[in-house]
Amino acid sequence: MTLRDTSNAPSSLDQAKRRQTLITGWLLLALAVFVAGIFGIGLSGEADFRLALPGDMFAVPDLVVPAAPYVFVVAALLAFFGARQFARGAARTSAIFLGIGLFLVVTAFLVWATAGKSFSLTGMLESTIVRAVPIALGGLVGVLSERVAVVNIGIEGMLLSGAFTGAVAGSLLGGWGGLVAAIIVGGLMGLMLSALVITYRVDQIIAGVAINLFVLGLTSYVSSQVLTQYRWLNNAPVFRGIEIPFLSDLPVVGRVLFQQNIFVYGAAIMIAIATYYLFHTRMGLRARAVGEHPEAADTLGINVYRLRYINVTIGGMVAGFGGAWFTLGSVGRFDDNMTGGRGFIGLAAMIFGRWHPVGALLAALVFGFADSLQQKLAILQVPIPSEFLAMAPYIATIVLVAGIVGRARAPAADGKPYIKD
Amino acid sequence: MSTSDKPASPIATEVLRRVVVTRFDVEQIVLVPILAVIIALVLGGIIMLATGVSLSSIGVAFGALFTGSVGSISAISETLTAAAPLTLAGLGLALGFRAGLFNIGAEGQLILGGMAAVAVGFAFTNLPMFIHLPLALAAGMIVGALWAAIAGWLKAATGAHEVITTIMLNFIAMRLADYMLRNPPIQKPGRSDPISQSVLPSAQLPKLLTWLDPTLRVHLGIIITVIAVAFVYWLLFKTTTGFEFRSSGSNPEASRYAGMRSSLIIVLVMACSGALAGLAGANQVLGVLGRASPGFSGGAGFDAIAVALLGRSHPVGVLLAGLLFGALEAGGRQMQVSAGVRIDLISIIQALIIIFVAAPMLVRAIFPFAFAKRVPGEG
Repeated sequence: MTLRDTSNAPSSLDQAKRRQTLITGWLLLALAVFVAGIFGIGLSGEADFRLALPGDMFAVPDLVVPAAPYVFVVAALLAFFGARQFARGAARTSAIFLGIGLFLVVTAFLVWATAGKSFSLTGMLESTIVRAVPIALGGLVGVLSERVAVVNIGIEGMLLSGAFTGAVAGSLLGGWGGLVAAIIVGGLMGLMLSALVITYRVDQIIAGVAINLFVLGLTSYVSSQVLTQYRWLNNAPVFRGIEIPFLSDLPVVGRVLFQQNIFVYGAAIMIAIATYYLFHTRMGLRARAVGEHPEAADTLGINVYRLRYINVTIGGMVAGFGGAWFTLGSVGRFDDNMTGGRGFIGLAAMIFGRWHPVGALLAALVFGFADSLQQKLAILQVPIPSEFLAMAPYIATIVLVAGIVGRARAPAADGKPYIKD
Repeated sequence: MSTSDKPASPIATEVLRRVVVTRFDVEQIVLVPILAVIIALVLGGIIMLATGVSLSSIGVAFGALFTGSVGSISAISETLTAAAPLTLAGLGLALGFRAGLFNIGAEGQLILGGMAAVAVGFAFTNLPMFIHLPLALAAGMIVGALWAAIAGWLKAATGAHEVITTIMLNFIAMRLADYMLRNPPIQKPGRSDPISQSVLPSAQLPKLLTWLDPTLRVHLGIIITVIAVAFVYWLLFKTTTGFEFRSSGSNPEASRYAGMRSSLIIVLVMACSGALAGLAGANQVLGVLGRASPGFSGGAGFDAIAVALLGRSHPVGVLLAGLLFGALEAGGRQMQVSAGVRIDLISIIQALIIIFVAAPMLVRAIFPFAFAKRVPGEG
């Protein structure tokens, strides 16, 4: 209701910013109370985080944290960050403090859950990286297409098409054949989206929703109609981890970063290339111009339609690669709807990462962490129903999107079709 | 008789323009959807062929699709039963689309609305039907509305995009429902699997045609659906609130300058939208299932997105689209039984229908002979 007074636009903008800062402040204060009250009361013992795994070359001592003091220190820090939000000029940094605050809450939660027990931190970080891969790639797909102003709701379907193709083509042609086929099919999905929204001017969100429905229907149909009968068509080889010489022997880091499979390395390379392409090449500059002001770009002789086609199709290929992770990178078998909303979380990672490939990667790591946390906590037997743990990443997404989005800005022409006169 | 060569007044021209249905309108509203359905069915046939279904089975499949949806009284009853939740949730989404809000969260609103209706449906004993049934329906609507209003409030207060928040709220609602179904007081006593207590007869939507044949499942929900269609039409096109909804959808800036309170409208639209989705959930548990179990929604909240898009966010269009999708669902079940073609084929056909309806230029390119040559406003 702050927008009622529109005669003075800048002041209402300031007001919105101010209000968001205050909301962040109250949120941080609430978290402080929550951490002290729920985790802190009656907490005793020490949390033992194991860093070394059996078979490591260097044995690293465990990280032992005294539980109660740590939790109360976190609560105090949160209270301080919260109170800071009410000071003047806090708006600029409140996103950072919200991020740090949430991270602290998670560590406090871990310490609380582990108190008096021991828990393999390295194992969890390892699975964090693995689980972040499809989300980071989904986010990268979103960045590539939204930078040229095409909203891509169809990431979920594109990932699913890659997963399905990876399983079937991988069973027929082997792992590499499956991977290439998944990339091609993902690219075709991207091409289909671009044709619908650029040439046939279908509303971008409708086209994305239709692609999701289409891929979900097609993969479920073929898997129940054909794959249940011919099981050998759904039995693909899985890419194993590749140990990078020397680096993989490093303590903790080696295990987490340098003994992964090609999907992890591939995702890292793609994000690096995409960042270079978008921000350091002539074509990337043109792509961003198309996303910000297509009319101006067109006037300067840039082919708006062609750039949009290329970017969205490349995005589809990235999604095909990311989709293959679900089958060729983990279980080798396709199940109905096995992407389980990762594409949508990738979209959230893109927004949280401010439409930047590296930002999307960092956001994806947060989601990957939440994802693996929920898996590992079952081992610790935390007195929280598993359904509520499963909700945590989604609630975190809402909090982050609500807290960040006012400060992140989408490309100016995002979602708008460009009709050349 | 004086013939005036003065041009008609602008108002008269405007009235004429609105009354006269051009050939373009007819093509756009009638021909494109019909052709879209035909193309989608043909492509569905090609997909069946490609997956090794024999030609004769494809014939049987299409036959079953027809007889299973409109071929008999019982088929029509099944079509109407399937159409009711799709139309109700679709109406909610259409309301949101009209106001420029892309609510993807009908599934979550529908699930929680259904859970609330079940809870009220078994919790109050000894209530007469004329109190208990409306109470259960209202509970579904209120919970659906509140769940959707969260996304509306987040959008109004922080600018968080409703597409992301409603998708996340869907996931949360599903987990929440799973939890409730596994724990008292919702879970049926003595059961270890996730299933709710049964709705009392006084809260069940009465079956309409049992006097004809006791197996006919069509229930009062279809009447409620028709009333909801009329209500949404009235709300959108005959009230000031509806005008505010629509204008903030088509031009948010202008509406704000006209003094409309955009934040309030966003929350209100989302709540109305969620109430209709919640009603759809209540309709399922009180009319068809009699209780809730995991996946009781059958994905109706997601299919409703397609229904709203296909119906072009117009209440009457949504009703027709809901009936079409209900017919496809009822026919698809028959198809699976008679021809051994999996019902998932129906979602492919539905997706194709949306693509083609949303891309009239594509339909024109495929059937150039069916359309007038010159297309005003396009191409």
